Amino acid sequence: MSILILAEHNNIEVKSSTLNTISAASKINNEIEVLVLGYNIENISKEISNYQNVTKVLTLDDQKFENVIAENIEPIIVSLAKKYSHIFAPATTFGKNIMPRVAVKLDVAQLSDIVSVENEDTFVRPIYAGNALATVKSNDSKKVITIRPTSFDVVAKEGGSGVIETINFDIPEQKVEFIDREESKSDRPELSTARIVVSGGRGLQSAENFKLISDIADKLNAAIGASRAAVDAGYVSNDYQVGQTGKVVVPDLYIAVGISGAIQHLAGMKESKIIVAINKDDEAPIFNIADYGLSADLFEALPQLSLELDKLNTIEK
Amino acid sequence: MKILVTVKRVIDYNVQVRVKSDGSGVEKENVKMSMNPPDENAVEEALRIKESGMVDEIIVLSIGEEKCQETIRTALAMGADRGILINAPNETEPLSVSKLIAKIVEIEQPSLVLMGKQAIDDDCNQTAQMTSALLKWPQATFASKIEMEENSATITREIDEGLERIKVKIPFIASCDLRLNEPRYASLPNIMKAKKKPIDIKSAEELGVDVKPRIENIKISEPAARQKGVMVADVAELVQKLKYEAKVI
Repeated sequence: MSILILAEHNNIEVKSSTLNTISAASKINNEIEVLVLGYNIENISKEISNYQNVTKVLTLDDQKFENVIAENIEPIIVSLAKKYSHIFAPATTFGKNIMPRVAVKLDVAQLSDIVSVENEDTFVRPIYAGNALATVKSNDSKKVITIRPTSFDVVAKEGGSGVIETINFDIPEQKVEFIDREESKSDRPELSTARIVVSGGRGLQSAENFKLISDIADKLNAAIGASRAAVDAGYVSNDYQVGQTGKVVVPDLYIAVGISGAIQHLAGMKESKIIVAINKDDEAPIFNIADYGLSADLFEALPQLSLELDKLNTIEK
Repeated sequence: MKILVTVKRVIDYNVQVRVKSDGSGVEKENVKMSMNPPDENAVEEALRIKESGMVDEIIVLSIGEEKCQETIRTALAMGADRGILINAPNETEPLSVSKLIAKIVEIEQPSLVLMGKQAIDDDCNQTAQMTSALLKWPQATFASKIEMEENSATITREIDEGLERIKVKIPFIASCDLRLNEPRYASLPNIMKAKKKPIDIKSAEELGVDVKPRIENIKISEPAARQKGVMVADVAELVQKLKYEAKVI
């Protein structure tokens, strides 16, 4: 039996989470079919059909799918489910919103946010904000799974030759209406996939002071992140939050500035390759997991760091 | 109009969770337990909606062992009116939990179900979505703002890209984000008053829901610990280390 994947995209481009999901599913089976729902998505379907291991793309192009309404997507997946052993989606707010509905309709216990595939029915997932790892075996005949994108490689964008098949589905009238979306526009790399992340916490003290963070981020071509405290205080918007209930990031370099290191924040960044902590409190728990710690006032350290980076002048873009 | 709020008893968010050496689970003996944090936001939001005059009664539901009554009492002390405890194993999976909640909705007929978006123990983030699908009620997940209107509500949702607004018809189910509101503390007089509020106790069997787990825990292990690194003297040293030792810039 093949595996069905729900593709995440924004009608313009495929989200990298889709590539991670295909790669996770490929650990079980190389016969992967991808469901692409959206509006004006011909190019997206075509692109996905070339991805490695994709044997078929099921596409439904309709204005009703321009914006994601979980209630519209769930019945389509449920109607297709019979043919598949596993149904995968990324554990992003997109996948989290939809997949539990699919699971309950199929009377299956969902496995959320898996970080490793042991075999076709056994997986590893973090619990307690990543303070424990649970190896779990699903005894359901069909598996409904969301995967943590940062824990899996991206699949190659070529090598596949999937057949594109148009599907039809009558969407019943919904009691949910999309109003609008407010997306943070930024020229910086996307937080969840950036090679370098510079994050600020409560220590920044104001939204204005976050300029110090963005200055460093610009010089490193990095994404900006934040602790929950900084988001709650209104310094930056919610999509910057790194942590248990925010985004999980695994960059090559994570610079935590003015972040004390609550376990909920560590849950979102402790797998980073190199962690730098800048904090004036020597006792801050963030220093326990940092590769390089600098005990300093960030209002002095960040301008200095900015100058030092200028001096280097050989920054990899 | 009634609101049903669900609350889960979990290890307090400040506790450093320890994995048992035999791999059977995490240490729960003599560990502080509290209400799951986003569930507190759900309780608070219910209270605010009631205070606006739209709602007559707030019912608090918890599913688990006897001690979950303490969590229900906390919600009653915040101002909820009565409680329901469904006796079931603490590890009951979201699939079964959503079926139990749907049963209580059938009995109580609330206009609104408010839940936390995720429990901080199993980190599943499933129950609200599942309950919505079972009841065929609209879902508003990860809500950071709920604006009630006469027959509908406008919900601001936190998504990876930013914020999204949707309009849902009443009755609906919302899963609450931590930024929805600032939960109140219970005052001492209200804690005393809460002791007299009723808690109805039911069981999963009498509601006809099979709570047998579908997922088997093979083992619970500790994640690989990070090695503590070094402290650098100043910014110049930091940049040198990042450039020539770690080679990440």
